[in-house]
Amino acid sequence: MSLPLAEEQVQKLPLEFADEKESVNITGFWMFLVTDVLVFGSLFSTYAVMRHSYAMGPTADQLFKMGPVMLETLLLLTSSFTIGLGVFAMRKGQTRALMFWLLLTMLLGAGFVTTEIHDFVSFAAIGATWHTSAFLSAFDILVGTHGAHVTFGIFWALTLLLQLRKRGITARTARKIYTFSLYWHFLDIVWIFIFTFVYLNGKIV
Amino acid sequence: MPSFLPYLYHTLFPPTVRYPDILLIDFGLIMAGIGLLGFMTKTRRWGWLWREWLTTVDHKKIAVMYLIAAIVMLFRGGIDAEMLRAQLALPTTKFMPAAQYDEVFTTHGTIMIFFMAMPFIFALFNAVVPLMIGARDVAFPRINAMSYWLFAFGAILFNISFVIGGSPNAGWTAYPPYTGLAFNPGPGENYYFLALIIAGMGTTMTGVNFLVTTVRMRAPGMTLMRMPMFVWSTMITSALILFAFPPLTVALAMSLFDRLFGSSFFTLTRGGMPMMYVNLFWLFGHPEVYILVIPLFGVFSEVVSTFSKKQLFGYPVMVVSMLAIMFLSYGTWVHHFFTMGAGPAVNAFFGLSTMLIAIPTGVKIFNWIFTMWGGRIQLTVAMLYQLAFIPTFVIGGASGVMLAVVPADYQFHNSYFLIAHFHNVIIGGTLFGLLSGLYYWWPKMFGMKLNERQGKVAFWLFFIGFWITFTPQYLLGLKGMTRRLYTYPIGMGWHELNVISTFGALIMGAAFVALVYNIVWSLLYGEKDLTGDPWNGRTLEWALPSPVPEYNFARIPVVHERDAWWAMKQRGQSLADLKPEDVRDVEMPRNTPIPFLLGASFFVVGFGMTFKFWPIAIMGFVGVILCILFSGFDYEDHHHLKADVIRSTEASLGRLQG
Amino acid sequence: MLFGRFRKPYRALVLAAIAVGLLSTGCGQQYVVLHPVGPVGEKELHLMELAALAMAIVIVIVFTLYFYAVIRFRDTPGNRAPYRPDWHTNKWLEVLWWVLPAALLTVIAIPTVQVTFELAHVPKAKDPVVIDVTSLTWKWLFEYPGQHIATVNYLEIPTNVPVLFELTADSPMNTLWIPQLGGMEYTMPNRVLPLWLQANKTGVYWGDSAQYSGVGFEKMFFKVKAVPMKDFDAWASQVHTTSTPMTLAVYHKLLRHDTMGKALYSRYPRDTFPTIASGFTLTGSGMYMTMNGQKGRIVYMPMSRSN
Repeated sequence: MSLPLAEEQVQKLPLEFADEKESVNITGFWMFLVTDVLVFGSLFSTYAVMRHSYAMGPTADQLFKMGPVMLETLLLLTSSFTIGLGVFAMRKGQTRALMFWLLLTMLLGAGFVTTEIHDFVSFAAIGATWHTSAFLSAFDILVGTHGAHVTFGIFWALTLLLQLRKRGITARTARKIYTFSLYWHFLDIVWIFIFTFVYLNGKIV
Repeated sequence: MPSFLPYLYHTLFPPTVRYPDILLIDFGLIMAGIGLLGFMTKTRRWGWLWREWLTTVDHKKIAVMYLIAAIVMLFRGGIDAEMLRAQLALPTTKFMPAAQYDEVFTTHGTIMIFFMAMPFIFALFNAVVPLMIGARDVAFPRINAMSYWLFAFGAILFNISFVIGGSPNAGWTAYPPYTGLAFNPGPGENYYFLALIIAGMGTTMTGVNFLVTTVRMRAPGMTLMRMPMFVWSTMITSALILFAFPPLTVALAMSLFDRLFGSSFFTLTRGGMPMMYVNLFWLFGHPEVYILVIPLFGVFSEVVSTFSKKQLFGYPVMVVSMLAIMFLSYGTWVHHFFTMGAGPAVNAFFGLSTMLIAIPTGVKIFNWIFTMWGGRIQLTVAMLYQLAFIPTFVIGGASGVMLAVVPADYQFHNSYFLIAHFHNVIIGGTLFGLLSGLYYWWPKMFGMKLNERQGKVAFWLFFIGFWITFTPQYLLGLKGMTRRLYTYPIGMGWHELNVISTFGALIMGAAFVALVYNIVWSLLYGEKDLTGDPWNGRTLEWALPSPVPEYNFARIPVVHERDAWWAMKQRGQSLADLKPEDVRDVEMPRNTPIPFLLGASFFVVGFGMTFKFWPIAIMGFVGVILCILFSGFDYEDHHHLKADVIRSTEASLGRLQG
Repeated sequence: MLFGRFRKPYRALVLAAIAVGLLSTGCGQQYVVLHPVGPVGEKELHLMELAALAMAIVIVIVFTLYFYAVIRFRDTPGNRAPYRPDWHTNKWLEVLWWVLPAALLTVIAIPTVQVTFELAHVPKAKDPVVIDVTSLTWKWLFEYPGQHIATVNYLEIPTNVPVLFELTADSPMNTLWIPQLGGMEYTMPNRVLPLWLQANKTGVYWGDSAQYSGVGFEKMFFKVKAVPMKDFDAWASQVHTTSTPMTLAVYHKLLRHDTMGKALYSRYPRDTFPTIASGFTLTGSGMYMTMNGQKGRIVYMPMSRSN
């Protein structure tokens, strides 16, 4: 179905929406995000059910250290902002600025992942692995799935950088950048939920 | 190294797979494989196979591949069913060992649902949905091919389990903690989890694909309320898939991690909660039964209106009722485990929601009957399946309502009453619907009709065999026989009914043979469909020649009303009045080996993880990454089909003027 | 009660329908679900009959319309039935078939909710006999905390007194089902679920596990003997005095993955059945509120406060 828009209205749309095929791709990516929401929803509900099953292991309150978590939050929120600036630059057709913001986003993301891995290693050092209790299993798989998503996103951004360098901003690369930004914002939102319902909740209750 | 080989032998061929019948099947498979290889090499078909099929992204060819896989899996699942019935026919028999029986009922259920019904449904989606909405292909042809190959390699991974390593044996629901290592060592359950995760990824992608296709790719003028009912059912099924499969994937992954990496989600110790798996599984599982039946509601709506030569009765109500079923189906999952102590309030709520979902389903039945009312009913095979469906599904639905009565379910749960109920709706709804759709759309897919007389023989065998098999099972449920029982003592009064049931199963086996004979005979000698519209159809796919050319529509049609093709015929129009200047170049997706290789890589990952051969798993994983990288950098994914080519194709079909 | 009023007239009809099925296959008593001997099974059967009747009405209506349509509107030469290819809507008909199933389902739904809540509580009039059930891998362990005895694969219960089963598992999930007494309930590791049943007639019934749990699971059939209270007490004290005690060593032997016949034990170790102190979740809180203090051994708590 063609978009019910007149030709001059189509002209005013951003590059990635003006192209019929790329615009269908963006719809498809939204649908993919729906499935990812459901994945995280299932993981959150598992965590909600198992969050007190400490068995012989440490409790949430004993385990969580808010310092690294605050740092992770800061890094990821900032990276969401920088990818937003990147899309802004893309809309204005500034390839180099876009590449700069994309690179910065990647670095912030890498900082997030490094901090998170460091955190997990420190848990493992005191014997708090997912072998220990159902609570830790649920915690590890929830936060770990998010971390894996971020890691995947960093490598995805790397391939986008290479494509941008070769091809500049076309309808197709613009669509890829746009979907990447959706993905990245989505991970940010998931992190806010993790921060609230896992870390803050674990510390306070 | 010498100690490695015995280890490998023992891992791949443990005592549990060294049954004589399995060795015989192994031998048969090897011989058939060698024969096939020889045939392909002798007739020089490898290049053809690779170019035309393994790398194709054409939805019509993917449909054919889905169909072949589904029929092969119907055969495998059917053999399993016959084995189960042979074991259960008489009390205290030992037709096969208990351990093997457990594997057979597990593979029967899993294969029939995930590897028979689902691909069969996707075969119909792929075959006709783009044609019905006037599109050149689905929204994402490459992802469509990836879905297929993920499904296919998932199915292969699942099916090699009975040859090497041992089949899964925890039932198709795979409840922990029985799937845990403490009770279930060996690779069997790993097969189950990995195969379903891989095939489930493909299914999720299919859901995304067809949702976007039906939302975004419709021909001009085809508004939502002008879509054929099968397209509506596709859209709703895809939305259900989108919401249902992620919880399943999560539940399966957690069970797998418990087995492979020592996590403690559902273990007996360390605070694991098996109940969580049950919830997640049925959060998927209940929408899944509607994923299995809603597409067939669409098929029946098309078939009944075509063969009654009459508009579908109450189109808006049909849409509303399907949407109601979609939403309600997420609110009924607890009725699969009323007896797990959720408490009376929860049970009452879910009992009521289950009864509520019967209302829109009942409304659909009435609408189908009134579609026939005032029509002219032609008893083709497709219509016969529709006519068999209505009473069968009504009785299945009625027993479903009885199961929704919470206190009664305390007596019915896990008994043969339940078994009879869900076979009644799945065979009566899904299988009859699939076969109805198969007979209906076969001319469009292959360019010839399936022989009607042979089809009627197969139909009556299926229909009669079905009732002889499952009526006794309702009574067995009332006699207290429970499911998955390997054998039963004498003196319970169960054996007469079991003998009758087994007899019915044999009739259904004969029906399958008749069906395959019908297909093979028709492929060789079937009546060719030259008009492209053998049934006097109503929807756009019948406007095209059979089989449909690669580009589907030489000129995208403009739709003005429901049943667009019927209305065009009423006005004396056709798509055959194509003028040479109407034809333009068409952008078509280019064939690609990536989907096939991606599926194969996932297969390697799955195989490696099943046996914990980590180097193999890592190799497969690298393959997956390479495939993803390659498709990310591949900008040459389409080609232009020249207008001249289209003109000459259409001219050879006699559809071009001048 | 609503469904009570409907009981008499439809009962004969349903029984007649079922009788046809029974005659073809012989002994009717083997239809255990249809011959309950206690109040729980009877209530469940009444609801089944009500639902079956309501559904029979639906089936009759649908089948009548269906066969009429199929026979009358065949595409045969000379069929004089009206042909209306564009007739596709009728407001009143469509309203009718939303309302009709809704009405019939309401008739089923109301008693369903009533009985669901009713059966969730042990009747307050009588103190129940408590039996702690643990499903082990392919055998049942029954512990009688009031009588201090234990049995394997054999139950003896008093008649006319509710029996409260507390179900747990030291194995994969199973389901305790004694069809003639009433419905089933799961046994699950790390949880204790309640189920109450009652036999009003003396006799020997059978029970089994309705949930698959491995290769030996079809051997989990057991006999249930219902005897008058006096005889039950005599049996219990006899077991208590004459049988051997179950030690922890015996319990660990029971944990092996195998099947076995019937066994009786004069005593059993306390910690073979979970208590709240060992971190287990006790559910079905409503049932236990009235029971608090009746049994000294286990302190019952509502689910929300557990863990």
